[in-house]
Amino acid sequence: MLDNNRGHIVGINGNMITVRFDTFVTQNEVAFAIIGDKKLKCEVIRVNGNKADLQVFESTSGLKINDVIEFTDNLLSVELGPGLLTMVYDGLQNPLDNLAEESGFFLERGVYMQPLDRETKWEFTPTAKKDDKIKAGDYVGHVPEGIYTHYISFPFSAQGNWTITEIAESGEYTLDDIIGKAENEKGEVLEIKMVQNWPVKIPINAYKEKYLPEDTLITQQRIIDTFFPVAVGGTFCTPGPFGAGKTVLQHAISQHAQTDIVVIAACGERAGEVVEILKEFPHLEDPRTGKTLMERSIIICNTSSMPVAAREASVYTAVTMAEYYRQMGLNTLLLADSTSRWAQALREMSGRLEEIPGEEGFPAYLESLIAGFYERAGLVKLNNGESGSVTIGGSVSPAGGNFEEPVTQATLKVVGAFLGLSRERAEARRFPSIHPLDSWSKYNSIAAPEALETARKTLQRGNEVNQMMKVVGEEGTSIDDFMIYLKSEFIDSVYLQQNTFDSVDGATNEKRQKHMFDKVMNILKTEMKFEDKDSVRKFFMELRQLYIDWNYAKMGSNEFKELEQSIDRKLKESTNA
Amino acid sequence: MRKVYHKIIQVAGNVITVEAENVAYNDLAEVTSKRGVSLAQVIRLQDNKVYLQVFAGSRGVSTNDEVRFLGKPMQISSSDNLLGRVFNGAGRPRDNRPEITEDLIEIGGPSVNPAKRIIPQRMVRTGIPMIDVFNSLVVSQKIPIFSVAGEPYNDLLARIAMQAEVDIIILGGMGLKYDDYLYFKNTLDEHGALSRSLMFIHTAADPIVECLLVPDVSLAVAESYALEGKDVLVLMTDMTNYSDALKEIAITMEQIPSNRGYPGDLYSQLAARYEKAVDFDDAGSITILAATTMPGDDVTHPVPDNTGYITEGQFYLKNGRIEPFGSLSRLKQQVNDKTRKDHRVIMDTMVRLYADYKSTCEKQSMGFQMTNWDNKLLKYGEMFESRMMDLSVNIPLEEALDLGWKTLAECFDKTETGIKTDFIKEFWPENA
Ligand SMILES: Nc1ncnc2c1ncn2[C@@H]1O[C@H](COP(=O)(O)OP(=O)(O)O)[C@@H](O)[C@H]1O
Ligand SMILES: [Mg+2]
Repeated sequence: MLDNNRGHIVGINGNMITVRFDTFVTQNEVAFAIIGDKKLKCEVIRVNGNKADLQVFESTSGLKINDVIEFTDNLLSVELGPGLLTMVYDGLQNPLDNLAEESGFFLERGVYMQPLDRETKWEFTPTAKKDDKIKAGDYVGHVPEGIYTHYISFPFSAQGNWTITEIAESGEYTLDDIIGKAENEKGEVLEIKMVQNWPVKIPINAYKEKYLPEDTLITQQRIIDTFFPVAVGGTFCTPGPFGAGKTVLQHAISQHAQTDIVVIAACGERAGEVVEILKEFPHLEDPRTGKTLMERSIIICNTSSMPVAAREASVYTAVTMAEYYRQMGLNTLLLADSTSRWAQALREMSGRLEEIPGEEGFPAYLESLIAGFYERAGLVKLNNGESGSVTIGGSVSPAGGNFEEPVTQATLKVVGAFLGLSRERAEARRFPSIHPLDSWSKYNSIAAPEALETARKTLQRGNEVNQMMKVVGEEGTSIDDFMIYLKSEFIDSVYLQQNTFDSVDGATNEKRQKHMFDKVMNILKTEMKFEDKDSVRKFFMELRQLYIDWNYAKMGSNEFKELEQSIDRKLKESTNA
Repeated sequence: MRKVYHKIIQVAGNVITVEAENVAYNDLAEVTSKRGVSLAQVIRLQDNKVYLQVFAGSRGVSTNDEVRFLGKPMQISSSDNLLGRVFNGAGRPRDNRPEITEDLIEIGGPSVNPAKRIIPQRMVRTGIPMIDVFNSLVVSQKIPIFSVAGEPYNDLLARIAMQAEVDIIILGGMGLKYDDYLYFKNTLDEHGALSRSLMFIHTAADPIVECLLVPDVSLAVAESYALEGKDVLVLMTDMTNYSDALKEIAITMEQIPSNRGYPGDLYSQLAARYEKAVDFDDAGSITILAATTMPGDDVTHPVPDNTGYITEGQFYLKNGRIEPFGSLSRLKQQVNDKTRKDHRVIMDTMVRLYADYKSTCEKQSMGFQMTNWDNKLLKYGEMFESRMMDLSVNIPLEEALDLGWKTLAECFDKTETGIKTDFIKEFWPENA
């Protein structure tokens, strides 16, 4: 690598600069624009002759023609190692808490800090031995990181087969300490540290194979797990207009999903919403571990007023970290809010590059980039035979709430589950506002397929009756149809709707969901005898009240049991009326 | 100051091109033409070509005119002497009083580190039940009024500003009608608030580029006051004019439009401004109230649509009233559990019943039979509209809550409202 591979600015247009370079450049390599005593991070995004276009991750204000650019020959990368959990980073992996200590209220440009702490000593236990054959992704040892055993992998970038020549003894080491050495057939020597760099736009693929995702990822949201399930290692998207509840839903999933690690990518949306996570997670208990939610989380935060180019990088930074923990045999969940902002960042840059635009000004390669991103999810078989997974859920913010737009459409082509949020349901306060008729999932539900089919049919028929009733009135509707309508409203209000902000109703575990769904199905199947509509309506209102109260009761409590009995008694009334 | 002059080699839209060296991106220049002197800002550099956006517009600029670079980006005074004054978008006085050049700060500064933000929790009382009771406004909130042209959105902005207990009010007018400007000025004067206000005014008659500067200068000044511990309220009207100015510039720069001619970065541009709203730990705050007129009352139009994705809710003004549906304060839950314990109950119940009233109205218009319950709802709906929704109502939150109970009691039986029994026991007025 050249020490001083340099170039000079020949053009500036917003956050894009054009640079004439002296020797060579690599596509996607990092460079720095020198301005006074500051260096502004950039990335090469197009090369043409002896000129390169770079996107600058900072404000370009004050840069001049002929200013110096230093190329680094390194692709845009993140640091991977123990200490990532609980961290809050910007899109380029700058630790925001440390930045705050350094620069105060504002994100001053050109200030970059080491993502992982170099002072901390980690309790390393080697598992590889001298003379062991080793390759990329094999473990050399482990350290405890909070609630998990953090496996130290042989560098993912190492090509071919290596032999361990030295390995450190158990003990405390910092990230910069060399904990081992390896040699390959060519006699090259590789020093092993507990930290390694990885280029964010390239998937980590140091595993044996990808499996088809099968198990349901329990999110504890009834409408998802039962009706539109997400699989461990699968992908899903939550498009919806503003105010439909995308962010609240993602926050709920980030809290309640039964997964080991959650990586949250707050991508180009409100800063205030991340602040809620930052302030709450350290105090919320994760029932699975008894520790705080923060201890299983990494937050990547590149909100709407932060530099746009770094927003584009942020989703890749996030998914790389999720892949890293997958390598340890953990199940990780990446939630990105919102992928549309990432796509818009691409669109802005594509416009500056004067590329031929596709639909709505988005670049023609939008679809393949979106596909490539979701492709990084997956359930994999690791080198040691264990499995690990990355599940990706992205919210989509379609212009005008219209799903027929490029980002939503490109996303729908590649994801395994579509949870479409509807403005109508949100306005009717039917939360989570996932549309029960429009949404779909290719994954396995926790409920039996036949039961699910019956429930779906009821929802569909109920909707038809409701539409009809709007024309012919209640008077013109038969009591049987009316009963179907009430049954569909019943499933909606007691099962699909869920009070996110209630400590009991907000999260329904698998066991409880199955139990409750059986109960609902039982009600649907019951042949009811009613004389007139007023009495059916009254019956369902009362049943609904009992059921909602039941939703709020802790499973196993006396109240829970009593309410369940009341529901059963109430149901009997309907058959011998 | 450097005294080098440059010749103009191209004029297109409001953008002129000169050949010059050693010019920094975003720097200012002075363009002297027959029409006088205007500031211009570097918006693109290409080899030795410098593209400048002329604040006063390029009309009357000739290739003979001269351009002098100032060697600095756009700055604005942040001095206390700004208070009581009126400026244009470029920061020049509009009130025939002297220019202020002390305590200069740059505009469009970096964003606040999210790690330094705090969860907002101070309610702003407005005396407007549709806000205080149903969609509480919170210090540091950014929220627009969505309305069609012709609705009294400026009156509403002015009224909230007068009622809110803030230290400083900054009015950013974009494409403002002169009458509206005078209206704001008189209102501030009547309430003795002029001395704690300042205005950056771009009227429909002024050059379009100056419109683009209004939010930046307003918010830069707001930020510096907030850092000194002041609670600042920034009123921005009308952000649709601002967006249209962005569109116009983008089109003359031959940028590829994304949606109905608006540039692809409309979202980022709006967000960079709205996200300046903040509550600083140990210092002051910025609250942003904006007006966003919706062409054709269409929320899916790119301006309200992008805005809604950025702001913390919106007040939907229609037929002179703030509609409960379509309005949302995303921060209300931070404060409405700390006011009075029946606040949320009244909020939920009254809106739910008003929704029922609306469907009864629909049924009525279809000619379906009205039941006893329907008639109760009809009575309730009308009362709700006159007692809560009418913008002339101006009462404190507590009084509005009491009025809510009174209204419920006048229209319904205790058991018909779906309110939990303990609240009925405590709050239901017995002698209604
Ligand atoms: N599950 C929910 N329960 C209750 N209210 C909700 C729920 N989801 C959303 N809301 C309401 O809707 C508002 C907007 O939700 P949010 O998730 O921020 O929408 P989006 O991200 O789609 O714009 C919230 O501030 C809240 O008032
Ligand atoms: Mg959101």
